[in-house]
Amino acid sequence: MTLELYVNRNTSMLNICNLSIWFSSYTIGLRYQETRVIRDLDLSLQSGQVMAVIGQSGAGKSLLTGAILGILPRNARIKGRIYFKGELLDQGKLRRLRGREIALIPQSVTSLNPLLRIGVQIARAAQLGGIEKKEVKTTVHRTFERYNLQPTVADSFPFQLSGGMAHRALTATATVGTADLILADEPTSGLDPSTAHEALAHLRELADTGKAVLLITHDVEMALNIADLVAVFCEGTTVEVTDAKHFVGIDKLRHPYTRKLWNALPANGFLKSDISPLSFSGASGCPFHSSCEKKETICSERFPSLQATDQGWVRCHYA
Amino acid sequence: MLEALSLAYRYTKQHPWIFKNLDLCIAPGEIVGMSGASGLGKTTLAKVLSGYLPPARGNIVIDGRSLPNSGPCPVQLLFQHPELAVNPRWKISKILGEAGEPGIRLLQDLGIKKMWYDRYPHELSGGELQRICIARALSETTRYLICDEITSMLDALSQAHIWKIISGLADSRKLGLLVISHHATLLAKVCSRKVKYFETEKSLPVQTEK
Repeated sequence: MTLELYVNRNTSMLNICNLSIWFSSYTIGLRYQETRVIRDLDLSLQSGQVMAVIGQSGAGKSLLTGAILGILPRNARIKGRIYFKGELLDQGKLRRLRGREIALIPQSVTSLNPLLRIGVQIARAAQLGGIEKKEVKTTVHRTFERYNLQPTVADSFPFQLSGGMAHRALTATATVGTADLILADEPTSGLDPSTAHEALAHLRELADTGKAVLLITHDVEMALNIADLVAVFCEGTTVEVTDAKHFVGIDKLRHPYTRKLWNALPANGFLKSDISPLSFSGASGCPFHSSCEKKETICSERFPSLQATDQGWVRCHYA
Repeated sequence: MLEALSLAYRYTKQHPWIFKNLDLCIAPGEIVGMSGASGLGKTTLAKVLSGYLPPARGNIVIDGRSLPNSGPCPVQLLFQHPELAVNPRWKISKILGEAGEPGIRLLQDLGIKKMWYDRYPHELSGGELQRICIARALSETTRYLICDEITSMLDALSQAHIWKIISGLADSRKLGLLVISHHATLLAKVCSRKVKYFETEKSLPVQTEK
């Protein structure tokens, strides 16, 4: 069901086609003139869905949120199209949408303004997020209750909060408004399990009311509790998009990288699995081919396209 | 044997105790896991144990002798964010040599490549940089290692790779390890003994689970 929805791209909340991002060498790597960090990425998300984005660190997961919001640094060059509710996004539209219809839960708690009290920050986010002025106070109050933040927190500065509280405050700024698309960048890292569960359950609730949630995470097991779809990232591209239900064993996972990742989870093979460090090849061919067991000559020559299978979408010549 | 004897810490006399009457021991070769809710002071405990912060009360004792005041500390701490634990303006070769040149064998075990030496920290991924930090922490004199959420921001593959290396080293060099993590499955796989960290004023903040 969810996968059929994935195919139907015109009705989607978020639709990313062939997105590539390059960085000029001044910030990344001294050797290259330009480094490609995201490559031919395709992604589609419907309202009511939670999509978990997992994969290698440094695969460009956080950059993707920057690209969707149009807040990448100046030395980034972007190619490809991003549609939000069927409309092609450009800088002008983004300025109108960001914070109002597309909200971000940032990864780092340093994203809170260090000089503003928490209550003021959340109220401002609510106002920008489309809550009417006279309702701001009650909405903020409700949000505080929902995230178990004591009323005294409203008068605190970010440095006075613990990591977990600051994380909840950040989530509050993103969800207090009426945004339809929520980009959550590792909202649970560093939280203890019960707090993390609560945060994710709330994202699920939001999705159930018709919003769409893009959940970037390393905690695969926890994300599977609430996600409908799982997108697996490797070297700046989606190598597999599949139903979260398929993440129960290795049989239904098609891409060799996804299988490797699954095997390395603490609950599965972990230390016993084959975990030689991966090496990735840049220019042409499949990004995973130098670490792949099933590789053939074509893998090093041609970049595989994302193709539909009965289990989802996979980017592999031999899946 | 690394022992913490009725350890207590608070930032200043005006602040409340973060922990008090804390007892903990780690034997060589033993891997002890520690979990507990966020914001209770696990990281502060790690810093006290490794000598970054002086305890307000109590002692840290290794085989009957207290932590040395000078020279390399036998208890080393690995941080959650390796990028914040290295000098961003130093090249990797200089960072690696900060506590004496690590042995070739160790570098091989960790899979550290010669081509990284000329790079700066931001040119390596989190997993690669964490391995550099491990190599730097494991000098000849290191006997205990405190791992504070060292893999929570890494993907499953890098995570498994780092734990394989660390548990191997703990075994071969008889290192005592304290592993702080929220990840229950991870602790269950890696550790030989688990303790739970509590926030409490009166009783022992650390309780052995099994």
